[in-house]
Amino acid sequence: METNEHEHVIEVTDLRRVYGGGFEAVRGVSFSVGRGEIFALLGTNGAGKTSTVELLEGLAPPAGGRVRVLGHDPYTERAVVRPRTGVMLQEGGFPSELTVGETARMWAGCTSGARPEAEALALVGLERRTDVRVKQLSGGERRRLDLALALLGNPEVLFLDEPTTGLDAEGRRATWELVRELRDGGTTVLLTTHYLEEAEDLADRLAILHEGRIAAAGTPAEVTASQPSRISFELPSGYFVGDLPAFGPLGVSGYEEEGRVVRLRTHELQRAATRLLVWAEEAGVTLRGLDVRSASLEEAFLRIARQASGKDASEAGSSSVVAEERVA
Amino acid sequence: MSAVVGSGSTTTPAGRMRALVRAESTLFLRNKGTLVAALFVPLVLPFSVRSAMSDTDLKEAGLNIGTLILPASVGFSLLFAVYAALVGVFVARREELVLKRLRTGELRDIEILTGSALPAAVTCLVQSLLLAVGCAVLLDLDVPPAPQLAVIGLLLGVVMCVALAALTASFSRTTESAQVTSLPLMLVSFLGSGITVPLEVLPDRLATFCELLPLTPVITLVRGAWTGDLSGYEALGAVLTGLAWTALSVFAVRRWFRWEPRR
Repeated sequence: METNEHEHVIEVTDLRRVYGGGFEAVRGVSFSVGRGEIFALLGTNGAGKTSTVELLEGLAPPAGGRVRVLGHDPYTERAVVRPRTGVMLQEGGFPSELTVGETARMWAGCTSGARPEAEALALVGLERRTDVRVKQLSGGERRRLDLALALLGNPEVLFLDEPTTGLDAEGRRATWELVRELRDGGTTVLLTTHYLEEAEDLADRLAILHEGRIAAAGTPAEVTASQPSRISFELPSGYFVGDLPAFGPLGVSGYEEEGRVVRLRTHELQRAATRLLVWAEEAGVTLRGLDVRSASLEEAFLRIARQASGKDASEAGSSSVVAEERVA
Repeated sequence: MSAVVGSGSTTTPAGRMRALVRAESTLFLRNKGTLVAALFVPLVLPFSVRSAMSDTDLKEAGLNIGTLILPASVGFSLLFAVYAALVGVFVARREELVLKRLRTGELRDIEILTGSALPAAVTCLVQSLLLAVGCAVLLDLDVPPAPQLAVIGLLLGVVMCVALAALTASFSRTTESAQVTSLPLMLVSFLGSGITVPLEVLPDRLATFCELLPLTPVITLVRGAWTGDLSGYEALGAVLTGLAWTALSVFAVRRWFRWEPRR
């Protein structure tokens, strides 16, 4: 989806967040989200997703940088922004002793332009649970209640922090469908997730956060394309990496070696795979555990995570060989 | 599933507060522990005060059984129905992330705190009214010569206790520890603010110090409303002390109140 440059519903510039203990959770994050776009923030636990989203929701002022939601500062101009946003926190937020219906009625009374509570609960399939206390709901039902209340006021901007964590496969699909419908109706959605499938399926654009910084950003296709494809196999006995065809003509841009297993990275998968297999055929060797894999979001994500752990490993004096090339 | 556009109107502070108070009242009635402490303790405890004071002590202090028990009851009501109950409420709402969730919505911070506190505050005001009527009927307490002092004192007391409860909650990690962190103010107030022991029977220097405690001006004003022996100067002093504590605690809440659990 093309972003209209003049309609950035969310604009984040060089955002920083530092916690009381001095921990810098967000270290200079910039991105923007256009109207009617679904934007996903991906990252491992502790990457800074929730810390970032909370600044967008206006729950805390940033330590540095700038946030604009619908053209306003969500922290200092709370009264202007809040009636136009819907928020689903990562967890909890409802008194356990109230029923689903009482909770929805309370939120409806505090939400401008609220749709009828029954309608909001029906959107997430909770209409039969109205008289059940929140403490008796399953984890998935609580997520759905949270989503229903975030949708209560037909918000222009929706912040969903891990909306499908704890949901079963069916509930997850239903949530995705609902989010897509909202997007098609013009709602701007910012969501965080650690399900790659969710980001790949749902997001128009995404950013992968790592240690408080954006490690990769773009459409799912762009982020994937920036990542190399991979060929891995076990070296035949008696062979070393140096015995393989020269990497340059093969189109291989880097490799990792872990015991006997070699992992080649390439942006020209067809050429590299063909030449490698021809070489194996001519040499009369079998490449055990051969795995040829085109780039995926999962690969991109794992690679970003691995870069950090690889760095840690080499600092710890590990013997694993890592030949890195920076991918822009 | 379909996302149909709703037709609700823009919220007002009053409308938002009404919705929150309704939910909080439901929760207040469902929490049996808080309910018993808030409703019955202030009605029962004053009788222990009665047994601790002899009639001669009372006469020397210029008090009678009514002007002893009524201010004590109001003090117990403020401490149990408002202060202790609300420390628990604020901690519970914070730890269940209810406060954080509410702050993502349209309610302003002051509305969240006021709305959460209102059921307890109303309980205390109704209780005080019933106690005054009860004492008048059962203990032959006369019509107060200066009722405005009681009204001022009670309102100051309620606002102060709400703010002090919010402040105490900020230093309590769990609802269990809240029962401990709320003890110091309660004990100091029982003993030093004229609730269990009227200031009139304390040594002068101790009494002078005790006048500066947060709840003392509240009790002094309520008692003064019925005894009628508070000079204008004394009443003004009590009001100013009460105002100072209220302002200080409200300021402290704005500065230190915790909306989210510690990580």
